[in-house]
Amino acid sequence: MAKILAVDDSASMRQMVGFTLKGAGHDVQEACDGVEALKIAQTGTFDLVLTDINMPNMDGVTLIKELRQLPAYKFTPMLTLTTESGAEKKMEGKQAGATGWIVKPFSPDQLLATIKKVLG
Amino acid sequence: MNEAVAQSAEIDLGLEIDGDADQYLTFLMADEEYGVDILRVQEIRGWEHVTPVPNTPKYIKGVINLRGTIVPLVDLRERFGVETIPYGPTTVVIVLKVVGEDSERIMGIVVDAVADVYNIEEENIKPAPDFGSVVSIEYVRGLASIEEKMLIVLEIDKLLSADQLQAMSES
Amino acid sequence: MSVDMSQFYQTFFEESFEGLDIMESGLLGLDIGAADEETINTVFRAAHSIKGGSATFGFSVVAEFTHLMETLLDEMRDGTRMVTEDSVDYLLKSVDCLRELLTAVQDESEHNAEFVNEVKAGLERILHGDTAADTASSGGKAEGETAQEKPEIEGWVIEFKPADYLLKTGNDPVRLFNELSLLGEMETSCCTDNIPLFAEIEPENLYLSWTITLKGNIAKEQVNEVFEWVDDDADIILTCLGEEQAGEEKSSQEPVPLTVVESEANVEPGNSDAQGAEAESIVKNISPKAAAKPAAKKITSKEQSSIRVGIDKVDDLINMVGELVITQSMLGQLGENVNSANIEKLQDGLAQLERNTRELQESVMRIRMLPISFAFQRFPRMVRDLSNQLGKEINLVLLGEQTELDKTVMEKIGDPLVHLVRNSVDHGIESPDEREAKGKSREGTVELNAFHQGGSIVIEIKDDGKGIDKQVIFDKAVEKGIVNANESLTDEQIFDLIFAPGFSTAAVVSDVSGRGVGMDVVKRNIRELGGTIEVKSEKGQGSTIIIRLPLTLAILDGQLIRVGEDTYIIPLISIIESLQVKPEQISSIGGQAELYKLRDEYIPIVRLYDAFGLTPDSTDLKDGLIVIVEGDGGQAGLYVDDLLGQQQVVIKSLETNFRPVEGISGATILGDGTVALILDIAGLITLSRQSRGRAA
Repeated sequence: MAKILAVDDSASMRQMVGFTLKGAGHDVQEACDGVEALKIAQTGTFDLVLTDINMPNMDGVTLIKELRQLPAYKFTPMLTLTTESGAEKKMEGKQAGATGWIVKPFSPDQLLATIKKVLG
Repeated sequence: MNEAVAQSAEIDLGLEIDGDADQYLTFLMADEEYGVDILRVQEIRGWEHVTPVPNTPKYIKGVINLRGTIVPLVDLRERFGVETIPYGPTTVVIVLKVVGEDSERIMGIVVDAVADVYNIEEENIKPAPDFGSVVSIEYVRGLASIEEKMLIVLEIDKLLSADQLQAMSES
Repeated sequence: MSVDMSQFYQTFFEESFEGLDIMESGLLGLDIGAADEETINTVFRAAHSIKGGSATFGFSVVAEFTHLMETLLDEMRDGTRMVTEDSVDYLLKSVDCLRELLTAVQDESEHNAEFVNEVKAGLERILHGDTAADTASSGGKAEGETAQEKPEIEGWVIEFKPADYLLKTGNDPVRLFNELSLLGEMETSCCTDNIPLFAEIEPENLYLSWTITLKGNIAKEQVNEVFEWVDDDADIILTCLGEEQAGEEKSSQEPVPLTVVESEANVEPGNSDAQGAEAESIVKNISPKAAAKPAAKKITSKEQSSIRVGIDKVDDLINMVGELVITQSMLGQLGENVNSANIEKLQDGLAQLERNTRELQESVMRIRMLPISFAFQRFPRMVRDLSNQLGKEINLVLLGEQTELDKTVMEKIGDPLVHLVRNSVDHGIESPDEREAKGKSREGTVELNAFHQGGSIVIEIKDDGKGIDKQVIFDKAVEKGIVNANESLTDEQIFDLIFAPGFSTAAVVSDVSGRGVGMDVVKRNIRELGGTIEVKSEKGQGSTIIIRLPLTLAILDGQLIRVGEDTYIIPLISIIESLQVKPEQISSIGGQAELYKLRDEYIPIVRLYDAFGLTPDSTDLKDGLIVIVEGDGGQAGLYVDDLLGQQQVVIKSLETNFRPVEGISGATILGDGTVALILDIAGLITLSRQSRGRAA
């Protein structure tokens, strides 16, 4: 039972991710861009952050950079949701401090399996 | 809604739902007993004021207000061309859910009185011969035998289907 | 755990269609010479979202197609590709194509494959075959299976030296070890040699490294996969157990997407655009067809339509309901001991109830209201395309876009508006040369304006084109036998002729409009919404079309009337006046149809009791009242027994459970709970005309 912050500007993706994770018993909060996510992150402590990269107002990479600067989030697992299977985008995330990535499209089961890896 | 009706609506609902048996609500009309699938019965009401609708066949008595929805009422006696009787204390309106091709409607039928609720197994409903009864064979799913009485099981969707409601052209 | 994806489809379609609109308006707004970065980004993100969503939900044809657009847009946004008129046009075309694809998927129907492939080929051409590189990198090899060509592996010795900042990436060696342990028998030994002196320790750094022995028939890929994320943040050396291989470096793997330990095997690892048809067929297994309920209707945007409501409107509602509850409980208490002392309080309470209910009603109706910009947004594109096609220069001005109107009214006004705007562009605005010759600017202006007036919304379509020639209209009408050559008509009446069926004065029936079937349909559609349409024009200067629509369809101001025992309702808007019959004003035609002389006109009398088969108080006209009504371009005098009150009524459909009835437009529930029918005035007038026609 973990507290997860899911960030994506696509409502259908948020719904799918939220539904899947909640179904597995986790507590999920959603945000539609980096700015909202940053605000929410500071109102509580999350065990995991899942974020899309391309979003308006603040993209995923910037979000991760910002989060890593907060003491509460120095070691928190953060995964990027990316459609690029090319090395570049993943590296961008990693350089910002991301823990790893999940490539879109992913099935709910893939999502859950990856979450398990990261939540122990 | 009068007592007898309320009681009959509750009788036998305690029966276990058998896998193969369906429950039917039966009612009386012109000395015959008819049955409708209970899953289609939405509720049973007493007779109350109805607003007549112009340019409709005689068997459409009019419409009533069912908690905010406009529901048409069909008088079964008129529908089957049977002599009509004045409405009395046992006159009852059975509100039914009618399933059409791509829609569902709510409609009411006015009958003489409600009888009972029975469990009838599918196989006990025998096809009806065209016995020249009041009701055209199209609307009859079959005949069943209950306690030595004959029950005419109605095919409600056909009886109250959309095209049945088309008024015959009235000048 | 299996998640039914189809529950998210609706949202996906909605947001994707919105995304397409955003893409379209963004592309239209791009300045070819100086493309605005933020706009390109917005268009890119919209395409990106659609691609991601469609891939996730298994719509691979859509995903593939969108991927091409996305690639093109990506190049534009990072500067490697110029924004040219050509590529923007092609992208606009692709948006259309994508719209069609999405609609086909949503309706579960076949899309126009020819068109799609044509546009796709075009995109690929523009990209100069760059897409090949994209698909190659997605390496759809099915990793994670023990692809063994060599003899059985006994295991691995893994040397794992993470960088000191590893923990700050949120990775934890313990988790990695847990994963490894799932692959086989594992033993770890930790090396603490690198831990500095206490004074120099950075508490957040990791100074440990490990040697791990993993026994089992495990593929190298499996081990690599565990370390996938920390690849660049650690030195990892794999040595095969039982084989003397000097320091076999773990080569940097082609980044592969996740393999699932327990997988549903529904989606093969790898980007769907590489897999093409195969993935499509596999992925389609989770398509909605499998989950379809037997009697389920297809989800079209009409049936399961949803509405976005601002939170402020919802909050207002909640407040109002709160007040309603308070008033109700107050009345309830008062009602418990009604005595003469309480009457005043009771009346005050009731007045308050009326206020609360009215406010609540207005508030709720506002929820269905959306800004008209939704209806207007298709016009920039349409006018652009049309003016290009016709070789005209047109400036489209949209005003009052935030004016709100009922969602259903807006959906139904769309087509009529399109027709009218097309008319302005096609027949109204002249070609640039013609305009110049007249001393006008080469560029014509078409203005769409919306605003509230009283209880209605007014939509104006104004153009500064050549206007309407009254004489031409009149002559055409005479030619078609609609009017007599010697009739004198007011300007208004002449312009009104445009709406007559079959009327068209276009010299050549153009492909765009002017088939003559349009204007009468437009008028009918608007009338069906309870609105009016009017034309004003100045020859040589331009024309203005004014449409008035009610703000809501669900509520009606009605006049209650009584015929015999029955109460009916006449829409107040159609009543001109009511009067007592003066017998000397009645005359009849052919002994049957009756006319009432009102000032200078003869108005046909409709005896309602006759039309509806009712029993009136009296059949003698002078005993009752005549209500003069108008509709469908005509007038009639309805004979009723009595006028009752006026009230606002909620329109309830007769058709939901019944069917349409001639002369009746709907029903409502009166205060006493009984049903009252609402008269269809236009229908009645038509009926009476017909019966008069028969009588005459």
